[in-house]
Amino acid sequence: MTLATATNEHLANISNTLIYSAMAVYTLAFFAYIAEWLFGSRSKVGRTAAALTSAPAAKSGPAVTVQTAGGTAVLERPKVVVRSATGARDVPDGPGAHGGDVQGDLYGRIAISLTVLAFLVELGGVIARAASVERAPWGNMYEFNITFSTVAVGVYLALLALKKNVRWLGLFLITTVLLDLGVAVTVLYTASDQLVPALHSYWLYIHVSTAILCGAVFYVGAVGTILYLFKDSYENKLAEGGTPGRFATSFLERLPASASLDKFSYRVNAAVFPLWTFTIIAGAIWAGDAWGRYWGWDPKETWAFITWVAYACYLHARATAGWKGRKAAYIALIAFGCWLFNYYGVNIFVSGKHSYAGV
Amino acid sequence: MSKTTTGTPTDGAATAPDDLGAAGSQLSTAPLEPSANPPGMGVVGWARWFWRQLTSMRVALLLLLLLALGAIPGSLIPQSGTDATKVADFRDAHATLAAVYDRLGLFHVYSSVWFSAIYILLFVSLIGCIVPRTWQFVGQLRGRPPGAPKRLTRLPAYTTWRTDASPEQVREAALALLKKRRFRAHPVGDAVAAEKGYLREVGNLAFHIALIVMLTAFAWGQLFKSEGNKLVVEGDGFSNTLISYDDFKSGNLFGTDDLVPFSFVLDKFTGTYELTGPNKGTPRTYQAAVTYSEGAYGKEKKTTVKVNEPLEIGDSKVYLTAHGYAPVVTVKDGKGKVVFHNAVPLLPLDSNVTSSGVVKVMDGYKNPQGVSEQLGFQAFFLPTYGGGSVVSSQFPAMLNPVLNLAPYYGDLGVDSGIPQSVYQLDKTHMKDFKDAKGQQLRQNLKPGETMTLPNGAGSITYDGTKEWANFQVTQQPGSGWALAGATAAIFGLAGSLFIQRRRVWVRATRGADGVTVVEMGGLGRSESAKLPEELGDLAGTLYDQAPGAPDPGDTSESPDTPAVPAEGAEK
Ligand code: HEM
Repeated sequence: MTLATATNEHLANISNTLIYSAMAVYTLAFFAYIAEWLFGSRSKVGRTAAALTSAPAAKSGPAVTVQTAGGTAVLERPKVVVRSATGARDVPDGPGAHGGDVQGDLYGRIAISLTVLAFLVELGGVIARAASVERAPWGNMYEFNITFSTVAVGVYLALLALKKNVRWLGLFLITTVLLDLGVAVTVLYTASDQLVPALHSYWLYIHVSTAILCGAVFYVGAVGTILYLFKDSYENKLAEGGTPGRFATSFLERLPASASLDKFSYRVNAAVFPLWTFTIIAGAIWAGDAWGRYWGWDPKETWAFITWVAYACYLHARATAGWKGRKAAYIALIAFGCWLFNYYGVNIFVSGKHSYAGV
Repeated sequence: MSKTTTGTPTDGAATAPDDLGAAGSQLSTAPLEPSANPPGMGVVGWARWFWRQLTSMRVALLLLLLLALGAIPGSLIPQSGTDATKVADFRDAHATLAAVYDRLGLFHVYSSVWFSAIYILLFVSLIGCIVPRTWQFVGQLRGRPPGAPKRLTRLPAYTTWRTDASPEQVREAALALLKKRRFRAHPVGDAVAAEKGYLREVGNLAFHIALIVMLTAFAWGQLFKSEGNKLVVEGDGFSNTLISYDDFKSGNLFGTDDLVPFSFVLDKFTGTYELTGPNKGTPRTYQAAVTYSEGAYGKEKKTTVKVNEPLEIGDSKVYLTAHGYAPVVTVKDGKGKVVFHNAVPLLPLDSNVTSSGVVKVMDGYKNPQGVSEQLGFQAFFLPTYGGGSVVSSQFPAMLNPVLNLAPYYGDLGVDSGIPQSVYQLDKTHMKDFKDAKGQQLRQNLKPGETMTLPNGAGSITYDGTKEWANFQVTQQPGSGWALAGATAAIFGLAGSLFIQRRRVWVRATRGADGVTVVEMGGLGRSESAKLPEELGDLAGTLYDQAPGAPDPGDTSESPDTPAVPAEGAEK
């Protein structure tokens, strides 16, 4: 009998310290985001209301945007006129959480800086954990959770770095990241250790890493979808001549237009759907190697399939007249619910081949 | 600013056909939604109506939803295919509910009638959808992009300028430019029509076809698959024939001739476990060193089979699925004659491999009176004995092995014709040996130790321990096709989701004042920031070849005064 490699306790402790530190910094970031929203509420932005309730004179036609062709430098070049499709509601995007307020914007920037810092610290924690066990940090739910939140924040920061209009996501994301980490360190904590033989495979790296990435991106899409539903009802109410409450007004005015939110979630979900398909197939190949069958309707496999079908429904719904908008959004939320259930529900309540060390 | 009450933004393609006539048509091959009211036209009419409904996107969507819903119960209710014992437990615990479940096929959801009905309908719908779409698409490929709509200004992206170049020159330059950018372009009347992104449709069709390939491969595999298990003790061999298996399952169309001929010998099994820490005892490696040969007289080769690394021989895969211990024992009769010498595989009961089983001496044994009898030893094996009266192992590896034996004599009942488990002792016709105090005899043996049976009935010696490994041999034809389908599905999907199909028109006409007016418009299947960007880029390049002419007056270059920027439309 050979002695299994001992885990490096020292590194494991460093990892724990880093994860706790990251939580502390995320908490600071959380307060900074709150401050951004609070200061932002001082400004009176009413763009949506203005767009939807303005005088009938403005009813002339769809809004147009002028873009400079071929870059910004050549001013004398022809300009492209963009017209949104007929029937679409032409509502401008909100200015973001800070609502144009200078102090709010400052807090927002502080929040993002803190998020970057916390992300780096957490990433360090995940890497230390991986080093302590000399393998990828995906052996149990604790490791899965810390990696998941790191990736989710990473996706957010990457979108920001790409200059996408996603700053509004910050507060919602960090709130759930804190929840996720809280659950990880209290309920799910498992001392660092190595893997059972079934998990020794390079398919682990492929299957689990893409699964985590998909989850993080689906999550970002789901946040967009929920906010879309709120913003859409708000716009509907305004369009019908109603007066939404003051809180709703202040909050929702600052978010992007419902059409933008809808499009954002669609993009995000559609972009990872092929990767999710790949994840399931990689899982099947791995199961084929490990258990002698590619597909055995194990609960985890079943729910991955259900999630896949649910997202396929969503994409179909978007392509089918009469199912766009809110109905499609509900399907997207159900699909994300399936993903969540597959992660927490199946691991905890249903026993199957996928229940491993540490819950 | 349009003030609408509809909450749903519609994309370019949906409204384009009404607005733009032929120019906007056929930008995809998605079927049009059929009307919901059936035409009262007899059987044929109804059949046609039914077929239209079945192959509509709306019904495809409903069937997909049903498929997801239908898959749920199978993950929550025990399934006989995966865990028969759990199903049995459930039946014991909930008799009435089990009867209902049985009627609904809920113990085997994925092979139940209703679940099959859902996916078969879905796939009929899928085929009914793909075939016409493919034809339509082939038609589109054969044809040419439709001519420019009358009013390019109505397109989602539009630009215009005046130039001194002649309209012919502009059109020629535009045609060359668009072709260079790999648009399919051709001049129609006073304009150039161009289209790009056909791969989107190809991808989408490929994806849906790949789904059919996958399902067919899966079904094929189910029909022709085989799966057998064989427990092999170190030093023993296995040859791939039906009778060699401990148990064997196969698909309906599987024939015994389909078994790939090969054989192997288990040389050594190695298992390592975590020695310390909170996960003490968790397995770390399992591996089986085997010598195998392909075909009837193939050359011998050595290899290692691990949990994730099956041995592949032809269409067969040999998986390592379980392991345990097989103590080697020697049984002698009262005269000292060896009547049994073998390794007896025992079944693990827990994660520390506390194992149990039976040593059965069936022939050759004579009791002290000289009468033929059978012996049975109820055996428990603890690879790591913790001392005292503890009856479970403390660690999965053999740190302090102990074999606990309780001997019986009489008739094992193996000749009665009723199949019997080799791991269980049928005590109906067996009596136990008593020790000096009149208690049932039971003793712990360490390797090398012997237990003497009372009254000169003989003895049993625990010689040592071998390990055994369980191998699952599967044959699953069609998995190559399933993998090919899966790969095609991913690429098709990526093409379908990431490629935008779009049209661009360039119109060049001579204005009233003799100066050429260039107009460009772009239309995509859905609103996208890429479209105006691309149009701008094309316009910029074309502008270099047909530079702007001075404006006749102070009219702006853009037709509409810029309103509030619709930021939403940009992203
Ligand atoms: C087996 C179940 C099916 C799955 C998993 C599936 C999946 C998908 C996915 C993920 C897309 C997204 C691609 C996109 O948005 O462009 C799509 C598009 C599409 N599907 Fe399916 N599909 C299935 C069955 C069907 C059936 C039965 C039909 C026909 C009635 C159909 C017709 C279409 C069409 C027309 C599109 C393209 C929509 C467009 O051009 O935007 N699908 N499908």
